[in-house]
Amino acid sequence: MLDRLARRQCATSRSGSAAKGAIKVAATVDAGAALRIRPALAADVPSVIALDEEVTGLAKPVYWRDMFERYGARGRKERFFLVAERQDRLDGVVIGETRAWEFGSPPCGWIFAIQVRPKGRLKGVGTQLFNAICDCFRKAGVVNVRTMLARDSTTVLSFFRSQGMVAGPFIELETTLD
Amino acid sequence: MKLQKATCFALFAVLELAADSTRQLAAAEIADKYGISLHHLAKVLRDLARAGIVESARGVGGGYRFAGNPKRLTLMDVIELFEPIESDRIDRDDPRGSTDVGRALRRVLDEIDEHALATFRSITISTMLKIVDQRPWSSAIGERTPRQRAARG
Repeated sequence: MLDRLARRQCATSRSGSAAKGAIKVAATVDAGAALRIRPALAADVPSVIALDEEVTGLAKPVYWRDMFERYGARGRKERFFLVAERQDRLDGVVIGETRAWEFGSPPCGWIFAIQVRPKGRLKGVGTQLFNAICDCFRKAGVVNVRTMLARDSTTVLSFFRSQGMVAGPFIELETTLD
Repeated sequence: MKLQKATCFALFAVLELAADSTRQLAAAEIADKYGISLHHLAKVLRDLARAGIVESARGVGGGYRFAGNPKRLTLMDVIELFEPIESDRIDRDDPRGSTDVGRALRRVLDEIDEHALATFRSITISTMLKIVDQRPWSSAIGERTPRQRAARG
């Protein structure tokens, strides 16, 4: 059932001013799990901040308001800010976008944030968020999805591995400036 | 990277047993399937049982059964029972290791080890079984494997 719902989540919209040409994510409900995946609204931002603080132990209100402004509010067709909601409680969030030609790469989807409320884990919330944003990427015309994680983020690494993700063709390098 | 024999045998045994956690298999059945020395495998299975990853049942029809949580147990959990994952290409006691070249080589090899550790820590038995099911060499394109068929009806 989820697969069928997920296929309907992203629909190309060619009308409206701010959202002209945007890919809209239609709200869907998985009745069995009573979990709803939908685009984030401005009213969700406080809950997203609280969820992030619960997961990371650090409140970052300025960062999340800016993220919503850039990825959620403007309705750009290549940016996706989705939330998982169960009984009016925010259980998870995923953010990503399609990027082209960075590092010489053809267009691909990037997931750069995914969080699930600790008490809501191992119930498929992350998988549904992942499937939903992948469907958005498909609708945007890309076939590869990437993410980047700290080596010691074992839980999130395991999650993405469980979704079939494997090491890609790029290697991240960095240095410390003097 | 090359894992020691005991580690490989343990991974084969764990993945074989975890493929159906309700099934009990004799050590000889696993040894036959993978061409492993029964004597060596028996010792490995005892170590896995001591760690609570498999359970043994004695008597007729006895054998071993997977007892871990496949969504929690990682490849690293199994590997570290049998060997440390670290570079042994430069012996830490080798005096050449304390030279500038030795330290530089150690730094590069440690970088490789850190990637290996992160990889082993992030792959659960459940994820490994999905990879096994994706094997392209055993089924035609689009054909579901027995486990996929059982899971999806």
